[in-house]
Amino acid sequence: MLKLNSCLIANGAFELHANLYVEAGNSVAVIGPSGAGKSTLLEAIAGFREISQGQLFWKEGELTKQVPGKRPIAMLFQDGNLFPHLTAAQNVALGLRPNGRLSKPEQEQVTAALSRVGLAAMGERKPAELSGGQQSRVALARVLVQHRDLLLLDEPFAALGPALKAEMLDLVAELIAETGTTLLMVSHDPQDARRITNKAILVADGSAHPPAETQQLLDNPPQALREYLG
Amino acid sequence: MARSAQPVSSLPGVAAAFLVAALILGTLAAVALRAEAGHGFSSSDWAALKFTLTQAVLSAVISVALAVPVARALARRRFPGRSLLIALLGAPFILPVIVAILGLLQVFGRAGWISDVLVYFGASPIRIYGLHGVVVAHVFFNLPLATRLILQGWQEIPSERFRLAAQLGCDGKALFRLIELPMLARILPGALAVIFAICLTSFAIALTLGGGPRATTIELAIYQAFTYDFDLGRAALLSALQLTLTAAAAFAALKLSRGEGFGAGLDRAIRRWDGGAPVADAFWILLATFFLLLPLSAVVLSGLSGLFLVPFIVLKAALVSVAVAAASTVILLLFALPMAAAVAVRRHSVVELVGILGLAASPLVIGTGLFIIIRPWANPSDLALPVTALVNAAMALPFALRILVPAARDTVSRHGRLALSLNMEGWVFFSRVLIPRMRPQIGFAAGLAAALSMGDLGVITLFADPEIATLPLQIYRLMGAYKMQAAAGGALLLLVLSMALFWILDRGGRWHAEA
Repeated sequence: MLKLNSCLIANGAFELHANLYVEAGNSVAVIGPSGAGKSTLLEAIAGFREISQGQLFWKEGELTKQVPGKRPIAMLFQDGNLFPHLTAAQNVALGLRPNGRLSKPEQEQVTAALSRVGLAAMGERKPAELSGGQQSRVALARVLVQHRDLLLLDEPFAALGPALKAEMLDLVAELIAETGTTLLMVSHDPQDARRITNKAILVADGSAHPPAETQQLLDNPPQALREYLG
Repeated sequence: MARSAQPVSSLPGVAAAFLVAALILGTLAAVALRAEAGHGFSSSDWAALKFTLTQAVLSAVISVALAVPVARALARRRFPGRSLLIALLGAPFILPVIVAILGLLQVFGRAGWISDVLVYFGASPIRIYGLHGVVVAHVFFNLPLATRLILQGWQEIPSERFRLAAQLGCDGKALFRLIELPMLARILPGALAVIFAICLTSFAIALTLGGGPRATTIELAIYQAFTYDFDLGRAALLSALQLTLTAAAAFAALKLSRGEGFGAGLDRAIRRWDGGAPVADAFWILLATFFLLLPLSAVVLSGLSGLFLVPFIVLKAALVSVAVAAASTVILLLFALPMAAAVAVRRHSVVELVGILGLAASPLVIGTGLFIIIRPWANPSDLALPVTALVNAAMALPFALRILVPAARDTVSRHGRLALSLNMEGWVFFSRVLIPRMRPQIGFAAGLAAALSMGDLGVITLFADPEIATLPLQIYRLMGAYKMQAAAGGALLLLVLSMALFWILDRGGRWHAEA
């Protein structure tokens, strides 16, 4: 279980309070008005923002002071998820070893991960030679080999068209179901949230609320969410 | 500690900055300790100060005054070869001074092309040695720089302004006052200050075209105090004076200018609706082109005939120079890359201060200091080449940092989070992300450093004995012995080698580089 114990995340004058937990294995949407702090919440969990008060736990371990790379977390950002000077396979390899030097079995893992996301023959290509959807698949292949307990998505598919985005979300749903990964996903689009999450955290008015059933939250939105959804 | 997590440590860069500061300030201290008390300024010291200031002011004012109409013409005209000409304006930065001087002598010298024409019509030939020769050479080097700085100002005026002015029927003088004068008022002080600061530390030009009691810069006076009289006290006093002057000028230049100078996108011509003066524009563009190209073609022409006559000693010096340039480039990168990474991760005043210090430092002062430090331990001339490589690297450092720091900042901000989330830190991030992403800028900086070192005629003059010489020094010695044909052949070789080193490194950096 991921637990945010009376956390305060400060970003300049902006403050976000979070006192909630997420059961392991859940898929959770993070929804709310623009600028409410959805990305801030994910960045704090991933370790890119300081949690100035409170503690962050995953299972028994405290993560509050751990550096991002040591946390049991894989994260995909809005953009810049691949290094443009490395090939697809090299980008995936970084999920296993930060220095990119792989043993034979590890190389096979990379190949397997690339085939799993449907890019079996594309390992030698650089990101510029891949379409937007294929680039997202490479990033997901890296998430696969990382074997982290938690996956955080900060709208990595926002630049894709609606059909392609739906395809990627379905792929994410399949992958996390296969691996038992816990998902936290920022979303602007209620359809995305309904598509692959069962729970949703509402971030509004300076606090992140405990997860509720996605279906119920979207069907009967509280005031702050209703204004946003329109 | 999550907030301050960074993919690279800034420690190596800060350490590098301290080493550079120690080199610049330590050598100054070594010189200062030798300065004898009660050793006041002599009249020739005052004359050197006066000449230094006079020639720097004249060079800056003339360069900028000529650059305004040239930049204006380039900003509003489109013609074939325009972008080539603008690229050519960047060339003097890496052009070896001795090459330019040979070219200028052949055009403006006593036996030069213009003198030939004058003599034909019964006039007396030009005398290039002295104040006006020094100023002509400085204008040759700095007119292109001033043109680029001012052209950048013109390019940054939004074209909507010109459209609005055209709509209002505003052209000629009115347009100039409305749009262009405010821009010039903003750009010119910086351009003047930068060129003034550059001309203050002029050594090689003063060495070859100046000299004598009435045309000696402080830098040249340090050299003379050192080599002719071996008067370390006087060299020290002059060094202190020089450093005060250059530090003040560099500070003023940084305050007044907005940097750039390597600005991209200068080959874009702005659409304008006022007719301008086509004839005047053509005149200025042709004048600038000839002023730049004539001396260079003179070097190429006379060099071609001398190239196969160059003595073996010139070829040996060429090999020495390539080795020194390579070593200097490696030293530069070893210092500049960690420093750029440190600045990219966090603001470090010591690193940025060293960048400014490097602009103010005088190679002759560093050289004098190193000589004093080395002499009790070893024969300084045995270390002439390593010292030259080191000092050249220190002189290229401020330029390299200006090229590398923005790229390092950009790389850290674009890829830092992803790298951290993948646990790529320290050396892994440096070697796998930072270096590959900065390759084009590293190539450019390395190319500049190699070409600057290749063409440098400065500290080597303090250290070299008759057995050792870099190519520029060898050419200078040939000129001193009136072996002009061999000197011209050597100059062409030097020109080709400098440009080739720059081209290979710059090209190599951009080769297959992904956006």
